[in-house]
Amino acid sequence: MRATALLERHRARGARLVEFAGWEMPVQYRGILEEHRAVRERAGVFDLSHMGELHVTGREAAAALAYALVTDPPALAVGRAHYSMICAPDGGVIDDLIVYRLAPEHFLIVANAGNAAVVADELRVRLAGFEAALDDASLRTSLVAIQGPRAAGVLAPLTDVALDALRYYAIAEGRVAGHAALVARTGYTGEDGFECFVAWDEGPALFDALLAAGAAADVLPAGLGARDTLRLEAGMPLYGNELDRATTPFDAGLGRIVKFSKAGDFVGRAALEAAQARGRTKALVGLIVRGRGIARHGYPLYRDAASGAACGLVTSGTQSPTLGVPIAMAYVPPDAAAPGTMLQVAIREARVPVEVVALPFYRRPT
Amino acid sequence: MDVREGLLYTDEHEWLRVEGETGVVGITAYAADQLGDVVFVELPQVGRTLERAEAFGVVESVKAVSDLFSPVGGQVLEVNEALAAHPELLNSDPYGEGWIIRLRIADEGATTELKDAAAYRALIGA
Repeated sequence: MRATALLERHRARGARLVEFAGWEMPVQYRGILEEHRAVRERAGVFDLSHMGELHVTGREAAAALAYALVTDPPALAVGRAHYSMICAPDGGVIDDLIVYRLAPEHFLIVANAGNAAVVADELRVRLAGFEAALDDASLRTSLVAIQGPRAAGVLAPLTDVALDALRYYAIAEGRVAGHAALVARTGYTGEDGFECFVAWDEGPALFDALLAAGAAADVLPAGLGARDTLRLEAGMPLYGNELDRATTPFDAGLGRIVKFSKAGDFVGRAALEAAQARGRTKALVGLIVRGRGIARHGYPLYRDAASGAACGLVTSGTQSPTLGVPIAMAYVPPDAAAPGTMLQVAIREARVPVEVVALPFYRRPT
Repeated sequence: MDVREGLLYTDEHEWLRVEGETGVVGITAYAADQLGDVVFVELPQVGRTLERAEAFGVVESVKAVSDLFSPVGGQVLEVNEALAAHPELLNSDPYGEGWIIRLRIADEGATTELKDAAAYRALIGA
């Protein structure tokens, strides 16, 4: 099992450590609910160093990524980012990614921890015909995020990056608490926040500095448990739950990121054009349980209490700390995807009513 | 980790407090800590008869689902209705306000198979 540079910091703060995607990671420190609320109300600091950081450079880096991914990286301005996916030739999702353009010929791709090696291997193959090189910096990069309404206020005094000028989905180079860093205004919580990429060995000091600066505002370290409940409330997909090789971006309701208008072929283009033309066979929806119990990953869904054959499957579910009701995401037939549709979920021996609702469950106050 | 003297314990981390012919059942502080924040408790019907080690309910935390097993056989006399609105009592007061059911113990002899506090401490390495 791999450990991030911050493992001893997590231990010192009393974290419960679990295996996640081959990494020993904190699932919680004091408690998932407390950490979740800290992020919604103040801010939380996360170790995300298990994520994959892949640098693509070269004269044809942009064109190579336009071929390798479903989005259009050549259209990204320097210093901006977008949400992307790498798909198989059959249109199935290999991973969802954030693509940052650091320079005209330099992109940073952040991949899920469990997929980082697969994405790196696949990119190497797809980049082969281009004047572009891949550098997997995952094990040289610590990634520490601060997320929540107080994040900007805590980070600002520590950095020379002008946070006021750093837009959502933008990235800038600078220093944070004395460490050379890339600071991105991105995250996976539904809150304003920042992700700071630093050298591997500097991750622990950065973590300490953010928590020390946030202490007066009661900023807490937050684990993967809170990260999961936060992203679920924000309606954000998790690879392995909402996204996998058997799912297209259209199934997940994310077809808008697929840029058929871009020049040239890209891996998955023909299959995705066909998928768009025939319409989706399943649709990702939000659910609120209108009975007792929590609808969890893998629980089957039924059209009514009597029907014998499942019509869908819950992909993620939890008790929403913010809303105080059980929420879930699920794949259902497209004709059952309209908000207000009532379905049944099997929770152990019981069938419990669930209502289809629009995603996200939570939108931060503006 | 808090392990109370005078209670009996199962290997599945339930406790039993014998009060004459009846017994009160809950989960241990260790179990509550392992589960994390409890957000839902499924309780049995009052009047239901349980075998020893029978699953009688479910505790759900944010991350996990865990069955509850009866430490002894008996009939459910009472359930802690407060847990419907306040499942977090299992975390905040697992030996007190977080009790789960009260049973009429069917066979007092069966309690001899349960652990005392010292043996339970040894089980969890406390």
